[in-house]
Amino acid sequence: MSDVAVHEADHGTHGHTTSTGLSNNKVAMWLFLGSECLLFGGLISTYMLYRGRVSEGPRPGNVFDIPFTSVSSFILLMSSLTMVLAVSAAQNRDDRGTTLWLTITALLGATFVGGQVYEFTAMYNEGLGFTTSLFGSSFYTLTGFHGVHVTVGIIMLMSLVGIIKRSTIPGDKAEVVELIGLYWHFVDVIWIIIFTLVYLIPA
Amino acid sequence: MTAATETHTEHDHSHDDHAQHGMSNAGYIRIALILAAMTALEVSTYYVDFGSLFLPVLLILMVVKFFIVVSYFMHLKFDNKLFSFCFYAGLFLAVTVYVIALATFKFFAA
Repeated sequence: MSDVAVHEADHGTHGHTTSTGLSNNKVAMWLFLGSECLLFGGLISTYMLYRGRVSEGPRPGNVFDIPFTSVSSFILLMSSLTMVLAVSAAQNRDDRGTTLWLTITALLGATFVGGQVYEFTAMYNEGLGFTTSLFGSSFYTLTGFHGVHVTVGIIMLMSLVGIIKRSTIPGDKAEVVELIGLYWHFVDVIWIIIFTLVYLIPA
Repeated sequence: MTAATETHTEHDHSHDDHAQHGMSNAGYIRIALILAAMTALEVSTYYVDFGSLFLPVLLILMVVKFFIVVSYFMHLKFDNKLFSFCFYAGLFLAVTVYVIALATFKFFAA
């Protein structure tokens, strides 16, 4: 085995060797996020094609509450700041700071999801069901998928808080926080695109 | 010193710098404030008539915000280039495939 090609990777591989010298977990996370671009690209493209297809029910401009969604977007954006502060605290081996920022991030995420549930409920009451029109179907599918991603992120954040408190993370703790942080930031950048293309640019 | 030892030494050194990886907390807060200001500008297009600049302004803000978060909050600017390749390859493929798909459905002609 070549010493040059294969050597100990310190970044959280915990005794495993990698041919790149990089953490396999981190490479896998970036590959996963790259593949997620294809998933959301498909959903966004479908929405863009169908947003004008309203045979019955309300049109996009009639159901979107831009001021409300703007506040939700701002909350999700700020959760990216708290997430990166959690990663920074983890790199400084500050467990208390890490759990604090992770908890705040989860709360901001929960606020965003709560806002989305409220928005969906309001839209449904205004006559936009999942099968009312192609616009409704593609809108609920796109934003619903995103909401599920945020929810999964919240579960991961709270699980991580519990694991850190029990000190049961094997290997590099900072890397685990960073990996979940990458997922969280990705969910945020997808919302940056959705907010502009779905809400701000009229059909 | 052998090539293998040199590689180990460089890698260990980068690991020592792990805590300094990325930016300071003040730097992250500055980035967040810039993102917040850009979001406010985006939302202002709903209330203020930007005329023909409406669409370009929104699209440029969206792209710039995307790359700021990916570069600074996700550390791609400071990290190994292989991570950038993994992500941007997926992004490039997605944009290419779906632009072609949308063009097939004459989305841009409408």
